[in-house]
Amino acid sequence: MTEPRAVRRPEPEPATEPGGPGGSPSPARPRAARDAHPVRHLLGRRAAAGLFTLCVVSVLVFAATEVLPGNAANAVLGRTAASSPAALHRLEAALHLNRGLLDQYWLWFSGLFTGHLGHSLVNGQPVWGYAAPRLINSAVLMAVTGVIGAAAGVALGALAALRRDGWFDHICAVTALAVTALPEFVVAIGLIILFSTVVTHLLPAVSLLPPGSYAWNAPRLLILPVATLVVVIVPYIQRMTRAAMIEALESDYVEMARLKGVPMWRIVLVHALPNATAPVIQVIGLNFLYLAGGVVLVEYVFAFPGIGQGLVDAVENRDIPVIQFIVVLLAAFYVFMNIVTDVIALLVTPRHRIPR
Amino acid sequence: MTAAAPGTERIRRHQWLASMGSAVRTPRGAAGLGLAGFVVAVAVIGPQVAPDSPGALLTLPFAKPSGRFLLGADFLGRDVLSRVLDGGWLLLLMAVAATVLGIAAGAAAGISAAYLRGRPDGLIMRTVDVILAFPQLVFALLLLSILGPRLWLIVLAVGLTHAPAVARVLRSATLDISERDFVKVAELQGMRPAAVMAKEILPSLSTPLMVEAGLRLTYSIIIMAGLAFLGFGQPPPAPSWGTMINENRAGLALNPWAVIMPALLIALLTVGTNLLTDAVGRAALGVDRRPGEAALADALDPAPNRAGNRA
Repeated sequence: MTEPRAVRRPEPEPATEPGGPGGSPSPARPRAARDAHPVRHLLGRRAAAGLFTLCVVSVLVFAATEVLPGNAANAVLGRTAASSPAALHRLEAALHLNRGLLDQYWLWFSGLFTGHLGHSLVNGQPVWGYAAPRLINSAVLMAVTGVIGAAAGVALGALAALRRDGWFDHICAVTALAVTALPEFVVAIGLIILFSTVVTHLLPAVSLLPPGSYAWNAPRLLILPVATLVVVIVPYIQRMTRAAMIEALESDYVEMARLKGVPMWRIVLVHALPNATAPVIQVIGLNFLYLAGGVVLVEYVFAFPGIGQGLVDAVENRDIPVIQFIVVLLAAFYVFMNIVTDVIALLVTPRHRIPR
Repeated sequence: MTAAAPGTERIRRHQWLASMGSAVRTPRGAAGLGLAGFVVAVAVIGPQVAPDSPGALLTLPFAKPSGRFLLGADFLGRDVLSRVLDGGWLLLLMAVAATVLGIAAGAAAGISAAYLRGRPDGLIMRTVDVILAFPQLVFALLLLSILGPRLWLIVLAVGLTHAPAVARVLRSATLDISERDFVKVAELQGMRPAAVMAKEILPSLSTPLMVEAGLRLTYSIIIMAGLAFLGFGQPPPAPSWGTMINENRAGLALNPWAVIMPALLIALLTVGTNLLTDAVGRAALGVDRRPGEAALADALDPAPNRAGNRA
């Protein structure tokens, strides 16, 4: 039986092609590259490409606000802009719109590193002060989800591989195929119906935190958001673990170990599992990438005060400084996780570590 | 060309029809077609058979289901059944439009990157990297926040976010095909690069294109329903499944059907298109490979191997 195909799978960049399509073809590698350690070589190229991408992203996000008809201040104030020129001037000054384009970009870009990101147009709060607690809450949500999801996915996938084509394997495969296609807000609504409104009243339907408190102060509020995201990511991890484990279990060295009479638990834990880790780690990393986008809808459903809900709020209110910051932050996380995933996958695959 | 060439050509060109045919004969494919077909039927026939006007205020907010209003009322007292029947066609239309847009743009970019190589390749793939640095939903939100929530803009934003992923898949598929003899023959006959790509390479990519289209259609539905749920869809009085889920959430305890029905229809649709895509992908390949190998190749690197193992 082949594996079902995943919907919404983030596209991996192949770890074996470090230079990417723009790089030099591998057969004619320069001497210096051959001498360098492959991991360091890959890390350097990836980091450079990532930084370049991020710079372009920051220019794009910044330029996007310039596309606004009139200017941002006009767009934000709407009709009141015409009636009160004073308010328009104040806002233009606050957004640095009275300066040159390059100046504006530089002010904003350097602010990304110094934390001086301007103020929210809605409540006048500094952007960093508004975003930091949300960032922490989202990080907690993603970390808890990642740990639980990875553990559950690897366990289910390994079990399915060991009892291949048994009833457990079939149930897992069919469930995974159905669940991967579900939008995350539909999963969230389903859980709310089951656990906090219509069927039972076990858990809170909204995860509103009192201001000033963090996600860990109220673990009960985390249960449903985490459960939603875990349901969404487990099928990918489980499927990848199953495929990698089956590949490892069918290999010659496992056959050899079996013939030598090595006990089954030792074969699984010592021989098969370590060789199945690289693709599994890669898919776990890719699921963190997915989480960067997935938290937006899930946080909104549960009114969880994280970065995703902050983004939706900001978009509704056209709060441009907040939108700019959150989007650049999410993109940076995306690029960073992509690099980390590739490097870890390389590190855990012994044959990739040997300099050629 | 030898005498056998026209025959093989025909098989190659109509292979996607064959894999579609064998896909719907598998249990998964049949189930997928059934589910998706049911939801499409509801969305298309629904507006004609809806008992009431979707905008009319008819009864109490969140009224329970009754003989007159089979699924009860929504938060303003409008008939849920009529709104459910009327709220799907635009979602479908927009999802299909975004998919077509994304596939067309992605295929054009991916095929020309792989065939032209060199500078265009680097330029196209760097652009792809930049767009891929945004999560899809975040990219769409960014565009909508700047230009305002307009329907054509949603289609454009979602289509644009599909293009880079499609381009990557088709680039690897084309890399393999552009080395084949029939491409070389066309080149030696003096065909221009654009014609080679359109007439020789594109027809050979029908299967990865079809699988990508199915996958992107599922994504499009998920993202568009999600955007509508967040309030970036049709403006309020119009019925839309994603919007309905959000506006009727507050009354879950009073009339859960106003939320359950639209959520169920979205779920059936995406599960259906995913099952069908999966069945088509399996039918198109995997027959000539060991199951374990196919499973790993599928999981690690779906499309390139798909293209490479065919023909």
